[in-house]
Amino acid sequence: MNKFWIIVTQTYLSKLKTKVFFISTFLILAFLMIMVNFESIIGVFTGDEEQKVAVMDESGELSEYLVEQPTNQDVEMEVYTGSLEKGQSLVVDGDYAALVTIDLNDKGLPEVTFYAENIADSGLQTTIQQQLQQLKITLATSQLGIDQGEIAEILTPITLQKVSLSENVKTEEEFNQAQGIVYMMLILLYTFVIMYGSLIATDVATEKSSRVMEIIVSSVSPITHMFAKIIGIALLGLTQIGIFVLVGLIMLQSKTDEIGGLIESFGLHNASISIILYAILFFLLGFFLYATLAAMLGSLVSRVEEANQIVTPIVLLIMIGFFISIFGMNAPESQIVIITSYIPFFAPLIMFLRVGLVEVPIWEVLLSVGILIGTIILLAIIGAKVYKGAVLLYGKSNSFKDIKKAIQLTKKE
Amino acid sequence: MTLQLKNVTKRFGKNVAVNNLSLEIPNNEMFGFLGGNGAGKTTTFRMILGLLEKSAGEITWNGEKIDYQTSSIIGYLPEERGLYPKLKVQEQIIYLARLRGMGKKDAVNELEKWLERFKVPEYVDKKVEELSKGNQQKIQFISAIIHKPKLLILDEPFSGLDPINVEMLKEAVIDLKNAGTSIVFSSHRMEHVEELCEHLCILQKGNPVVQGSLRDIKRSFGKKNLIIHAEFPLDFLANYRGVVKHKQTRNGAILQITSEDVSQEIFQELQGKGFVRKFELEEPSLNDIFIEKVGASYE
Repeated sequence: MNKFWIIVTQTYLSKLKTKVFFISTFLILAFLMIMVNFESIIGVFTGDEEQKVAVMDESGELSEYLVEQPTNQDVEMEVYTGSLEKGQSLVVDGDYAALVTIDLNDKGLPEVTFYAENIADSGLQTTIQQQLQQLKITLATSQLGIDQGEIAEILTPITLQKVSLSENVKTEEEFNQAQGIVYMMLILLYTFVIMYGSLIATDVATEKSSRVMEIIVSSVSPITHMFAKIIGIALLGLTQIGIFVLVGLIMLQSKTDEIGGLIESFGLHNASISIILYAILFFLLGFFLYATLAAMLGSLVSRVEEANQIVTPIVLLIMIGFFISIFGMNAPESQIVIITSYIPFFAPLIMFLRVGLVEVPIWEVLLSVGILIGTIILLAIIGAKVYKGAVLLYGKSNSFKDIKKAIQLTKKE
Repeated sequence: MTLQLKNVTKRFGKNVAVNNLSLEIPNNEMFGFLGGNGAGKTTTFRMILGLLEKSAGEITWNGEKIDYQTSSIIGYLPEERGLYPKLKVQEQIIYLARLRGMGKKDAVNELEKWLERFKVPEYVDKKVEELSKGNQQKIQFISAIIHKPKLLILDEPFSGLDPINVEMLKEAVIDLKNAGTSIVFSSHRMEHVEELCEHLCILQKGNPVVQGSLRDIKRSFGKKNLIIHAEFPLDFLANYRGVVKHKQTRNGAILQITSEDVSQEIFQELQGKGFVRKFELEEPSLNDIFIEKVGASYE
């Protein structure tokens, strides 16, 4: 095995065995599980039994309407004929969740009082309010002599039929689907860069601060070492994503409905091959861009504690990119989105967003990818130089001035 | 099998770290590299290893350039010790050995042998951060020599060790030398260099001030030490012709004299003055030479 792969495997395996990797994978998985099973979990806590609500009809005219009301699945309205005091004490005893008294005012419309032990639970109030709103409409319209069917028609919200006049524009359905994928990719790249970028920087800084770096770079060239580190940690990240996908697929087997719904809402069920390929392309390019930067910055610091400080520019850059793309989700053709889709540090996010949401001429995509690849190569060259000098450079100052110092050190004079 | 440095110069901007250094280190030999702090020793080592680009000159091993292709024949113990604190000894040594082109099985066997020899076989599964500094140094030493390098560079190999461990490492170094490894090592401890090296070089601010075989250096230094223990005051010798230095001791005096002839004159002079317990003519120590050569330019 050549030295490059020895470093890749060592980096990969030693990180794979760490508690941090185990815990972060586990936490994210747990989070995903909770997301998928959110409804059933909420169900467990709210309990399966229906909440019974006593309804006192003080006008004596409403009971027939109340019985007709379609009851909400969690709330059962029960007509109550006892006294107000008795009803209130039943609520306190827990026989009913709430007591509602209804009377008619002089206009013949309902006036309602809501009694409950605790009026902080707005869920129940909202349900009752919605039910009684229906009652009010029914009452009012029947007084006016309007048919119920007509009412339903009037209340239906207006729908817009959207027709695009320019060619090559995605249909609305496609747009919505693409938004889901773009959103997922943005979040994935964002978290990945922040997590693994600082992991690379910390790893390099650890080797440098423990001074083992001098032995390493006397055995292999710093450039080999730097890229082997990046690849090793990239593989680690892909392993993590792989675990998520695997668990996702297993969950899909057991609970097709819930997850199917989730996948559908992200538009994954019939995503086109091209968008998935673009996602992979931009994801990898974005990762390597930031990873190279992280390795270079990590080589500048002398102590591990400073590694988190020095990756701040990376975090800022990816955050700016992320915010622009969130804005761009709803305005993919705005000037700022188009301009930033050529800036290498934002391109992986924003050009992908454009490609996903609107039709972008192929030359624009190629230009952006070209700039991106060019920047990666440039950064790799500078990074390797800085790396080579910086791993021998120890000192208190860890500012970006050290980049110059580090490059100086690799020169002949 | 020789390491050759020809007119090697290293400049950092205007600062000259190593100036026109030429050396030849033959096979099967230990070469001592001496110099005050900041004299350019580590810089020279880093140039030999290719970690630093030289400003001028040529460094070759058997007539060939040293680069990452040849890294498997080189062993390096840096002055600033460093290992992975969180890795177990075995994991770490195997990793470093494989980076020097060694097979995994070989590395495991060799490590076992060396740990046995250094009387610390139980450390194989310990994390480095759990070991004492001296023991970490043994592990570091193993990492430098496990792949049986042809050229071994040791930057201050014995600093921070107790006398027993110094002896242990010294023996290991001598064995390696006898097995055919060329060894370059730097030290501040003159007695180590005196004991181990046939050839040496003293650097002073990047300039080689003394260079050659230990015997020649001592001979050409000329001055000798004269130790006298006597039961009468020896003050009068301080201004004697040919006495360079005069140091009072509890039992008498130690004199530095320009040549052997002076000692004979002093011997005559002492006749009849009283009882002389000891009268010994000594070769100059490397320490004396170092202090004179390096100290002179401090003034």
